[in-house]
Amino acid sequence: MRSQNRQGLMKPVRHAAFLLALIVTASMVPALVSFAEDPTATLREAEISVNKEAPRMGRITNNDLRQARNYPEQPPLIPHKIRGYQVDKNSNRCLTCHSRSAVEQSQAPMISVTHYMDRDNQVRATVSARRYFCNQCHVPQTDAKPLVENTFVDVDTLLNR
Amino acid sequence: MSLFRILKSYWETLTRPSRYFSLAFLTMGGFIAGIIFWGGFNTALEITNTEKFCISCHEMRDNVYAELKSTIHYTNRSGVRATCPDCHVPHNWTDKIARKMQASKEVWGKIFGTISTREKFLEKRFELASHEWERLEANDSLECRNCHDFTYMDFTQQSPRAADHHARLLATGEKTCIDCHKGIAHQLPDMAQKN
Repeated sequence: MRSQNRQGLMKPVRHAAFLLALIVTASMVPALVSFAEDPTATLREAEISVNKEAPRMGRITNNDLRQARNYPEQPPLIPHKIRGYQVDKNSNRCLTCHSRSAVEQSQAPMISVTHYMDRDNQVRATVSARRYFCNQCHVPQTDAKPLVENTFVDVDTLLNR
Repeated sequence: MSLFRILKSYWETLTRPSRYFSLAFLTMGGFIAGIIFWGGFNTALEITNTEKFCISCHEMRDNVYAELKSTIHYTNRSGVRATCPDCHVPHNWTDKIARKMQASKEVWGKIFGTISTREKFLEKRFELASHEWERLEANDSLECRNCHDFTYMDFTQQSPRAADHHARLLATGEKTCIDCHKGIAHQLPDMAQKN
């Protein structure tokens, strides 16, 4: 009697498990298909065993022309090469031209006053420690083609819509 | 007193004409011996003037040479590269000998392990770098100019920023290469010590 009861209980459980497995497998099929189609899902696009040729490296934009910012808070882009620039505890190559005292000679844009402020908005004599590592926000650009289309719309365009 | 007598007898021998050797033998012998000694000296000197010699010591190989490897003076598109002596030893003979005599202190440093560990090297780095900056400031960046000749610089091929700086500061003689181009082949020491 007991064993019959247990069997009676097990049957719906097994059915449910089978159904669940079926649903999971079925739901994965479109995901797998899109994984193969979508170029952004993976950069590899080849079997794991195949040693694919690496894409060409982009060339760094080095025209020294300032680019428009997409929004006011955007950190300005670096319009020149920065190969081998040393930014560490000992020295900051960027600041040899962009610091307050260096811009007269270098004629480079001075880093904004926000870089001299500490977390309490007190303006300090030198660059604040939290702003010291330039490449955290400022980056050069390359001539590489974008992998995906950029749909960003800036605020002026948005207001005119 | 006896030492004086020995010296005096040598002097008398040297000032007298040769008794057994012909004039031709002495002049030719002197000439050949001169070639051998001078050639030997210069060859030995040139061996110490190679990168292979420099990095045979771990002080150079593990510190400054390791840092050079990722820079444009070691690897670049055209494959023209600078080795240690190209920048650190003057090419002009008299200056080279003067520098080599100075370098005898580096042998002393090697024997007594002045910079035998990374820590000791970093500790002394500012002083060592300062010597090189002073040398290049004093000789108007001569070792840079052995390859980078201002006369043949095409400003139109430079980025606008570089062309402007070179026209404004280098052409006028206000600055020399090393004033702006510090730390291009090796990492910089703590620059706060400079002020």
